[in-house]
Amino acid sequence: MTLDPEQTSFLFGRLTLGALPLHEPILVATFAAVALGGLAVMAALTYFKLWGYLWREWITSVDHKRIGIMYIILALIMLLRGFSDAIMMRLQQAIAFNGSDGYLPPHHYDQIFTAHGVIMIFFVAMPLVTGLMNLVVPLQIGARDVAFPFLNNFSFWMTTGGAVLVMMSLFVGEFAQTGWLAYAPLSGSQFSPGVGVDYYIWALQVAGVGTLLSGVNLLATIVKMRAPGMTLMKMPVFTWTALCTNALIVASFPVLTGVLALLTLDRYVGTNFFTNELGGNPMMYVNLIWIWGHPEVYILILPAFGVFSEVVATFCRKRLFGYTSMVYATVVITILSYIVWLHHFFTMGSGASVNAFFGITTMIISIPTGAKIFNWLFTMYRGRIRFEVPMLWTIGFMLTFVVGGMTGVMLAVPPADFQFHNTLFLIAHFHNVIIGGVVFGMFAGIVYWFPKAFGFKLDPFWGKMSFWFWLVGFWVAFMPLYILGLMGVTRRLSRFEDPSLQIWFVIAAFGAVLIAFGILFFIVQLVVSFMRREQLRDLTGDPWDGRTLEWSTSSPAPAYNFAFTPVVHDHDAWWDMKKRGHERPVQGFHPIHMPKATGAGAILSALCVAFGFAMIWHIWWLAAATFAMTILATIVHTFNYNRDFYIPAAEVAQTEGGRTRQLAGE
Amino acid sequence: MPRKILRLLALAPLAILLSGCKLVVMSPSGDVALQQRDLIVASTLLMLVIILPVMALTVFFAWRYRQSNTKATYDPDWHHSTRLEVVIWAAPLAIVIVLGAMTWVSTHLLDPYRPLERIDASRSVPEGTQPLVVEVVALDWKWLFIYPEQGIATVNELAAPVDRPITFHITSSSVMNSLSIPALAGQIYAMPGMQTKLHAVINHAGVYDGLSANYSGAGFSDMRFKFHGVSETEFEQWVEQARASGNTLGRPEYTELERPTAREAVRRYATVAPDLFHAILNRCVDSTKMCADEMMRVDARGSMGHAGTYNVAVREGRDNGERGRGPAQTYVLAICTTSDPYGMRQTAAAQPTQQVN
Repeated sequence: MTLDPEQTSFLFGRLTLGALPLHEPILVATFAAVALGGLAVMAALTYFKLWGYLWREWITSVDHKRIGIMYIILALIMLLRGFSDAIMMRLQQAIAFNGSDGYLPPHHYDQIFTAHGVIMIFFVAMPLVTGLMNLVVPLQIGARDVAFPFLNNFSFWMTTGGAVLVMMSLFVGEFAQTGWLAYAPLSGSQFSPGVGVDYYIWALQVAGVGTLLSGVNLLATIVKMRAPGMTLMKMPVFTWTALCTNALIVASFPVLTGVLALLTLDRYVGTNFFTNELGGNPMMYVNLIWIWGHPEVYILILPAFGVFSEVVATFCRKRLFGYTSMVYATVVITILSYIVWLHHFFTMGSGASVNAFFGITTMIISIPTGAKIFNWLFTMYRGRIRFEVPMLWTIGFMLTFVVGGMTGVMLAVPPADFQFHNTLFLIAHFHNVIIGGVVFGMFAGIVYWFPKAFGFKLDPFWGKMSFWFWLVGFWVAFMPLYILGLMGVTRRLSRFEDPSLQIWFVIAAFGAVLIAFGILFFIVQLVVSFMRREQLRDLTGDPWDGRTLEWSTSSPAPAYNFAFTPVVHDHDAWWDMKKRGHERPVQGFHPIHMPKATGAGAILSALCVAFGFAMIWHIWWLAAATFAMTILATIVHTFNYNRDFYIPAAEVAQTEGGRTRQLAGE
Repeated sequence: MPRKILRLLALAPLAILLSGCKLVVMSPSGDVALQQRDLIVASTLLMLVIILPVMALTVFFAWRYRQSNTKATYDPDWHHSTRLEVVIWAAPLAIVIVLGAMTWVSTHLLDPYRPLERIDASRSVPEGTQPLVVEVVALDWKWLFIYPEQGIATVNELAAPVDRPITFHITSSSVMNSLSIPALAGQIYAMPGMQTKLHAVINHAGVYDGLSANYSGAGFSDMRFKFHGVSETEFEQWVEQARASGNTLGRPEYTELERPTAREAVRRYATVAPDLFHAILNRCVDSTKMCADEMMRVDARGSMGHAGTYNVAVREGRDNGERGRGPAQTYVLAICTTSDPYGMRQTAAAQPTQQVN
């Protein structure tokens, strides 16, 4: 497909029928499958008359629990897409030997590795993390919702809007062929004149609004809405990591927005911030994107650390070892994560002192991270460990992550990095910490808090199957990449000359198949658990004998979370309440003030997606119209005074009465 | 047979696989890469001091304190120990102090900009040795190597005499690449409008792989070349081979060569325009364009004011084949004088001034 900037029409901009990839059989088949699947879902929704329910109870919901669940559903859907990309790359690299070009031409292959990175970070890892924080944080701090419930709904729909734009690029036009950070000048208009980079820019800008606002929201929630008695140093560790992560989001995402805005100006207006000419400087792009990019990896990993801290204490039936040092370690990591970005490009030619400085700051981060590992280790010491699925993920994490940490420090030594940079060793390293850390952590978190969200536990057998396939699959898929890195093989290659490399790529592809089973069994786990939900039902609200406040309310938690705001006296507030023989209040309920659902978030996001699409395809009239409509819809929304309501005391009493009977086993 | 041996036997295929592959990073042929290898080994061993006990303790604690083992001590309220806290912060700190010191020293010693002081572990560079200078240009999608001392150039083939220090001056014509020769000294970025440097030496004769280690577009996978470490006489023959080709590389030939192509065969040039590398680096191979260094000098003196906005022209955007053509580009015109109506001499006289440091 060629795109001639001269060939634009008023009505459709540069969008033509040629933009539909009708000549790519893989894409046509994918589209057919997606379209049929989508139609089936729509038909089912219509048949069971679920549209109204979906709109009222989910799409317009401002309930933090539902929004959290929707984030996680979004992440799981996008995981399937991102993983399809992964397995296509593994297949290509396993067969493109001995003069074979494999089955993917560079045009397609380069889009796939770019999309894989973008999707996995922005639309899998981020929504998983944000979703889990949304679901858990208000419950852990004894709040009824987040600080700005409407903003929460809006943030979710903006994130989804970004995902929609990325998915659209699969079937209308193309995606970026630049690598997931779209380094300039390759991503500039001279070298990437097509719509791929524009899809990248607008998808990330739309989703970025959501991420930033959700960061502001959760930050305000944690700072302002903790239950009485919960001082900062009595907060659960997961909430602490959420606080730090959201501080990182608020401080670093504007940099991403800024650098993408400058790239947008270069591409749309003809400025020269990052071009080769007229004083433009591509090195500035690399610096700016990593000033966001490095905190980003800590944005992902800190909440995972939080999950492990909750899980390890609960399943060892023991108070977390070294709470204070855990908190300080988290804060130190948060601060240090801002002064290490240059380790992503030691090879760009900075002086030795600059490189050495950033190498050493990177190593220093391993100290608090190491302290955390020790804290989990000594929480296990003299505990009573139950090997439930979340605990398995945690132990799998501890054994896997330390290896990733070690290779990370190896990469932080600048002269060693001159060998390792951009090789498959690097790829193995960051998958080692992102899969072994973030993904394992998020699975642990999902299994752990699932009963709180849905009222029944997940089936442990399929959970264990999923865990073992993921764990073994990870090691089989990525250890060969470490070895290939030591053989000097660089990343993003679509074909190879040296036949002795092939066996390692074949092993790695086999590992990816094992991971595919890990994902499949996770889905099986969801389905089986839904079928067996009556046997797996959690009537107590506290299925794991938990320690923090979310386990003090029913499963699933009522819309208002807590009939009475709990009062906190110690760490592990719920454990402390149980120890002191806490009596659950059964009368004297008051009406509860709650935020009201609104469709404004979904509508604004839809307008923003349309605006992004118009900008991507240079359909200026549509861009102007949707932009004006977005502003207008925002103003209209501010005049909506019908934003709250009271749950009557009688209804609270009825709900709580139901729980009383449930607890009594009636 | 005891089970232990059986288990070891199960590992045998892995050992065979590993012995069959060439871990070039672990057994390089250049002194710089060798020192990098030693650093990798040392840092790994240092970290294993802490990683291995942690992994062992994780498994041991998980097994020992399993719920069914009621004999193990259970102490649900034990959550603090100052002594342990000191150890868990101090142990990683101690390792990082050692590693940090190693990093500081080695980063300076192995700085790619630092001229070599030794040929290998036992020989230092003799007084008065002139390094072999190679000017490297990453093109779409091939490598151009210019040898100013020999006056020759090659595409996709690099050679250097064993044990003679080499100085690479590296730039790129279009996007970022990375000149990577794992057996020699690892890699450094090649960037348009910028010059990076790399000092290295090859200690063993042989043919080694070179590649771009930074994704640069559709033909990236084919940006490979062979690096020949050869004796002095073989190097002379190699140079002669280029001289015998009779090809010249001037600005028009370069402009042709610069167009995006992939899977280029080796090419040799007997003569090279002496100012070509400077012109490439300053983005003025097209002599109607003002060179970047000139532009910076003009700007440093307060620029040309309003006149500068008229001294521009527009040319068509870059042709990316199936990926489309870029938008038209504005550029600054070279300044012409009566004695030099096309601005040619100025660019020829200018010295490279732009460097990344």
